[in-house]
Amino acid sequence: MTRYLLLQLAVMAGVTYLIRMLPLVIFRKKIENAFIKSFLYYIPYAVLATMTFPAIFSATGGGIWSALAGLLVALLLAFFEKGLVTVALCACGAVFITEWIMQLL
Amino acid sequence: MQAEQEKEEKYINSFKKGIKDGVPIALGYLSVSFTFGMMAVAGGLPVSLAVAISMTNLTSAGQFAGLSLLFAGGGYFEMALTQLVINLRYALMSVSLSQKFHKSVTVLDRLLIAFGNTDEIFAVASGQKEEVGKKYMYGLIFMPYLGWALGTLLGAAASAVLPETVRSALGIAIYGMFLAIFIPPMKHSRAVTAVVLTAAGLSCLFTYVPVLNRVSTGFVIIICAVVAAALGAVIKPVKEEQGAAQ
Repeated sequence: MTRYLLLQLAVMAGVTYLIRMLPLVIFRKKIENAFIKSFLYYIPYAVLATMTFPAIFSATGGGIWSALAGLLVALLLAFFEKGLVTVALCACGAVFITEWIMQLL
Repeated sequence: MQAEQEKEEKYINSFKKGIKDGVPIALGYLSVSFTFGMMAVAGGLPVSLAVAISMTNLTSAGQFAGLSLLFAGGGYFEMALTQLVINLRYALMSVSLSQKFHKSVTVLDRLLIAFGNTDEIFAVASGQKEEVGKKYMYGLIFMPYLGWALGTLLGAAASAVLPETVRSALGIAIYGMFLAIFIPPMKHSRAVTAVVLTAAGLSCLFTYVPVLNRVSTGFVIIICAVVAAALGAVIKPVKEEQGAAQ
């Protein structure tokens, strides 16, 4: 490996680690401020929703229709509070079947 | 010792439960890191570097962005700035996660756990009803780390182990998991529903509206999440007893 690649590897790993590490070490006491507490309570949902939409529409190799089928199945199962693995695998199954049907058409 | 601690205060600290909860994440990581490994080697990087990047970074968006910079021979400062912007969301997650830890989690533990604070690990840890301890966190990080490294190695070494149809279907796995985390609480809380819809709506705007869609992915996640969560905090402040996401 060249010096350039090794140095870039160090830059990538270093920056990524510091971003994750500093807040975790700095904020060791429980935050008391009501607004900030509430804000942090909602952050996980906000981050996950942002990352899911609209990325999920182009998450499969077979185009929008198979992605929509996967989304629909995942929404239904998640609504009925099925486990993470169940929801994830059934969504994959729906995508697989949809793409298989579309190839037949 | 363990029993005494748990009698004092209830929190989740089972390594075994962590391992179990990490399995679905690890499965999802296999396909993503497989793609990363293939792309890295297809672009001319050695297999060892692809695996080394995965084992030291443990992040998808940052690594893919890093690849395109490496292929283009980008500078060190450019690389640092790109990683900073794309991964700044982790700072947000780390602040949130810091509030979720049981008081027994020391600084040294935090230094180690920080390395494994990925989107998915953060999501699953946040989804626990009680506070979490270090053993649970180490367990939770273990399988995904293995999956991420192994997937990269497989993808880099073999050109295509899985048929295209299977890889295509696996692409949706991570999002299925995300939905399973944020849909159920929407049934019980209008504020969570408002937060989710706002975040998803803004995210779509930043993807489809001209000019707005030039904002980089890292910034989009930060802007959408901050606006939506602040809205939630204004609509319905959480009560004293509630910790992080339940």
